[in-house]
Amino acid sequence: MQTNLRASERIVRKSRKLSLKNSERNGKMIVYTAAFLTVVATLAVTIFLTQRGLQSFYISDISPLEFFASTNWDPAGDNPTYGALVFIFGSLAVTLVSAIIVAPLGIGTAIFMTEIAPSWGKRVLQPVIEILVGIPSVIYGYIGLTVLVPFIREQVGGSGYSLMASIVVVSVMILPTVTTLSADALNRLPDGLRSSSYALGATRWQTIRRVLLPAAIPGLLTAVILGMARAIGEALAIQMVIGNTELLPGSLLDPTATMTTIITLNMGHTTFGSAENNVLWTLGLILLAISYLLVMAVRFLGARRKM
Amino acid sequence: MNRKQTDKFATTIFTLFAAIIVLVLAALLGYVLYLGIQQVTWDFLTSKSSNFRAGGGIQDQLFNSFYILLWTMIFTVPLGLAGGIYMAEYAKGNKLTAVIRVCIETLASLPSIVLGMFGLLVFVNTFNIGYSVLSGALTLTIFNLPIMIRTCENAIRSVPLQQKEAGLALGYTHWRTTTTVLLPSAFPSILTGIILSCGLVFGEAAALLYSAGMTTPNLDFGNWNPFSGTSPLNIMRPAETLSVHVWKVNSEGIIPDIRDVADGGAAVLVTTILIFNISARMLGSWIHRKLTSK
Repeated sequence: MQTNLRASERIVRKSRKLSLKNSERNGKMIVYTAAFLTVVATLAVTIFLTQRGLQSFYISDISPLEFFASTNWDPAGDNPTYGALVFIFGSLAVTLVSAIIVAPLGIGTAIFMTEIAPSWGKRVLQPVIEILVGIPSVIYGYIGLTVLVPFIREQVGGSGYSLMASIVVVSVMILPTVTTLSADALNRLPDGLRSSSYALGATRWQTIRRVLLPAAIPGLLTAVILGMARAIGEALAIQMVIGNTELLPGSLLDPTATMTTIITLNMGHTTFGSAENNVLWTLGLILLAISYLLVMAVRFLGARRKM
Repeated sequence: MNRKQTDKFATTIFTLFAAIIVLVLAALLGYVLYLGIQQVTWDFLTSKSSNFRAGGGIQDQLFNSFYILLWTMIFTVPLGLAGGIYMAEYAKGNKLTAVIRVCIETLASLPSIVLGMFGLLVFVNTFNIGYSVLSGALTLTIFNLPIMIRTCENAIRSVPLQQKEAGLALGYTHWRTTTTVLLPSAFPSILTGIILSCGLVFGEAAALLYSAGMTTPNLDFGNWNPFSGTSPLNIMRPAETLSVHVWKVNSEGIIPDIRDVADGGAAVLVTTILIFNISARMLGSWIHRKLTSK
């Protein structure tokens, strides 16, 4: 510390140092609080939904076996039954089939964007895809309801409200998600991979198939999984086109229901705490558990990617 | 087929896929906007919706959408910014950071209907706020928070390391470097991210069904006392947003002109989101040009 300063100057310097220290401490506190709140929010969602979701089993005395394995959904009957298999099946069917449709389409478009026409891809496709990601699900549902459902009714058969309609709507919805994430995965690959393959005389397709796709597999799988996460959680768009009957579909043209659609429809007019209401919370808990599973899968793939 | 032909064939297939996506978007937007343009009039935008009779508008729903968006952003932007700064600058590479990251990813992948259920359980019932603007905005805050944190984190991380080192070398504290060096450089990307997430929040419906509710009281646009029940500014009143309205009219509407209201509402919804999207893009590149004087 310099001693030739006047006392007043020393005080000024000291307080300035102190205020800097204080601002550092305050700043740290703000950002730590925000991070902490994120954890609190996640824990709160998990704890509240778990507590509420398990009440079907220990308060309403519904047997888990009936819930998961029976297709008998009759909450209003004299002898009410709460088999939720139809909804679980509906959700899984919509999610898996649309993932199978979208995976090749999305990854293919991503390859076009990154490997075949990078400049065109960046200028045109990127904005197009970002706009598609931003279109709200009610709009997809509304178009499904006014275009797709009548089309299926007249050209294919059935009432139009069907598993098929919801698969098409969900596929269109998750296609941009899968495409943009796949393009990210391909862009992350080191350029050396491409140039060395081309230097060996490989064609573009050989490079893509033998070098780039194998190297990008974890990233591409992540893209598809996140697309599935969006599909299984989609509620309103599916509700508008699936027909909402509590029956297992015999074919793609039959109406059925999913976990999200039954929650959407019945949450409003069931009494809070009744068995029928509790079952909806259990379905919510299942959706939450699936989210956790998918996040874990993505993290596992991420760890693989780093190796 | 020899390898050259296979290559050509593969290229054609991939080009076809890309063309499909562009066509899908063009068809979607074209359809919604073409049908909507015949319905959207000044009268449609500024008259109240009707439950039974034909000729209702979307005035209240449009206001509610923007009002809930405003409150959501008031909650999310500071929180998301602070969370992003934490993740980019203060998080150490330890277990705690891994836990926070899992939390952010889980929140991001939660189905919005599940978030809506959480909003119903906690904000509407447990805190006893009821179906309201506030419950809706709080629910959407959880919906938007992970997106915001990620945007801010990436924006701050993409500032060149030298700038940060320069700040620290001048004797700035870490916090001061963050606020005076990193944040201004990251500002264009953060702003773009905020506007883009406005679009997502504006279009969200499933999370609002059971938090902001599906009705709106008879609003009096001359009454600006925020504590009055009929004031549009009151945050304790139920508020049906535009996207919820589009869903409700389509799926359980009983008015005779369902199609007209649905077409018009959808077109307004899509147009607003396009405006958010395009303005984010233009603003981002404008600020970038301005700051780098390129």
